[in-house]
Amino acid sequence: MESINYQNFRIDAENICVDYNGKVALYDANLRLKPGQICGLVGMNGAGKTTFFNALTGFVNISKGKIRINGESVRSAQKDQTIAYVPQNEGIDSQFPISVWDVVMMGRYGSMNIFRSPRESDVQAVKDAIERVDLTDHLSTPIGNLSGGQRKRTFLARAIAQRASILLLDEPFSGVDIRTEKLISELFIQFKNEGKTILLSTHDMIHVREFCDLVLLINKTVVAYGETSEVFTPENITTTFGGISPDFLFGPES
Amino acid sequence: MELCSFLTLDSFITDPLTHDFMRKALLMSSLVAAVCGFLSSYLTLKGWALMGDAVSHSVMPGVVVAYALGLPFSLGAFVFGVGSVALIGFIKQKSRVKEDTVIGLVFTGFFALGIVLVSKIKSNIDLHSILFGSPLGISLSDVKQTIFISLLVVILLSIFRKDLMLYCFDPRHAKTVGINVFFLHYLLLTCLSLAAVVGLQSVGIILVVAMLITPGATAYLLTDKFDNMTVISVLSAVISSLIGIYVSFWFDLETGGSIVLAQTFIFLFAFLFAPRYGIFKLKKLFAGYK
Repeated sequence: MESINYQNFRIDAENICVDYNGKVALYDANLRLKPGQICGLVGMNGAGKTTFFNALTGFVNISKGKIRINGESVRSAQKDQTIAYVPQNEGIDSQFPISVWDVVMMGRYGSMNIFRSPRESDVQAVKDAIERVDLTDHLSTPIGNLSGGQRKRTFLARAIAQRASILLLDEPFSGVDIRTEKLISELFIQFKNEGKTILLSTHDMIHVREFCDLVLLINKTVVAYGETSEVFTPENITTTFGGISPDFLFGPES
Repeated sequence: MELCSFLTLDSFITDPLTHDFMRKALLMSSLVAAVCGFLSSYLTLKGWALMGDAVSHSVMPGVVVAYALGLPFSLGAFVFGVGSVALIGFIKQKSRVKEDTVIGLVFTGFFALGIVLVSKIKSNIDLHSILFGSPLGISLSDVKQTIFISLLVVILLSIFRKDLMLYCFDPRHAKTVGINVFFLHYLLLTCLSLAAVVGLQSVGIILVVAMLITPGATAYLLTDKFDNMTVISVLSAVISSLIGIYVSFWFDLETGGSIVLAQTFIFLFAFLFAPRYGIFKLKKLFAGYK
């Protein structure tokens, strides 16, 4: 039997469990992703999608199991800025008095000195990132004055500036305009070519088919995991959504 | 004579300065206001107003015990301030009671303990000055303590200015890039306890929460830039302090109450006339109707 080389996996989560004060949010969940793979995370509200993200970033501790990021611990992944988290629009305070530039600069904080004073290279990284999401005209715009799509792009730019090899995106397509959606899908292709690994949660079944090589269906634990074409079946989806027919979720043609 | 001094602004400002206690009160209160104003930006953005109220009330028994034991009152206040937060966290985690209820019951419990202690430990503690502040009667040892604590808080906030901003804005990202969120959480709590301790000398335990939230709220209405918010918050806090003390001197009013009222009026002014976020949006009025 060949031994598994953990270095080959960007994300390797093995039988992880998370509970909040005795209440189980996620149990026996497994996930393995390689460089360049895009995986969709699908489940109901409260199925443990956010918990899964939180476990991978180390925002919550797992009570059981093991997580390896590029073969290393979550702790050293944090130190190396390996993972970037792009929050849901609802997950941030849009009235916070902060500009696009400041938010994207936060992507560099982890590698700066204690005062977080930007070096030339940080400034350049931020400029480049903002250009890639097409927000150069809005450098000093407060995030409160941006549209939903622009705000989403700001946080994507922060992930780009961070130079993370793994991107976790919480509902990247919710509440964005067509232009942003197109830009995000172009970025996904670029990220894939750069060997980045993407895990995204979504409610939109069409986006899963369109972008995701792999899909992870969860309902407190993994319902099904594998190639989208094989796993994303009406039966599995019905199980994931607690018996609700996929017809009801995304039209009879599925 | 009294009336004459009212008529010239010059003597309105300079007359009180001839008194030693007034000079000390103005300086100390400005310093305290600056510290609380600095912290205020973070507390209002983090949504810790209720937490500020809790901590500032909870320091009461600490102050009394420290006085009774002859320790620096800041030490006692600090222990009880942080202790109250730890207790709030513990009860919240171990029971089904909602957080705001837990905060309310813990800080009133601590506060009541403080009042009971004052009545039992018949020492020379002046309940009135703890509850309502006594910037005009500040002692030399209090001055030293206040300067020391103020400098400590300002240095801590300055060093971790950006980290704390990130912590208030997006703690999840902070954690993801390896920034110690646990440390920042307790740093902010520590600064809160310390600021409450110095603030209570100016305006007293009951009103100190105003020093911790009103300047930040005022600044929040006036700007969209974090750094400007901090500057405006500090300025409005210091100006309110000066106004409050002068007004209380000339009209023989309670000093702590006057300072907080001045802050409230500045907030109301911003609420009504802030260029972008005020009710009347001054900017638009001046620009004319398009």
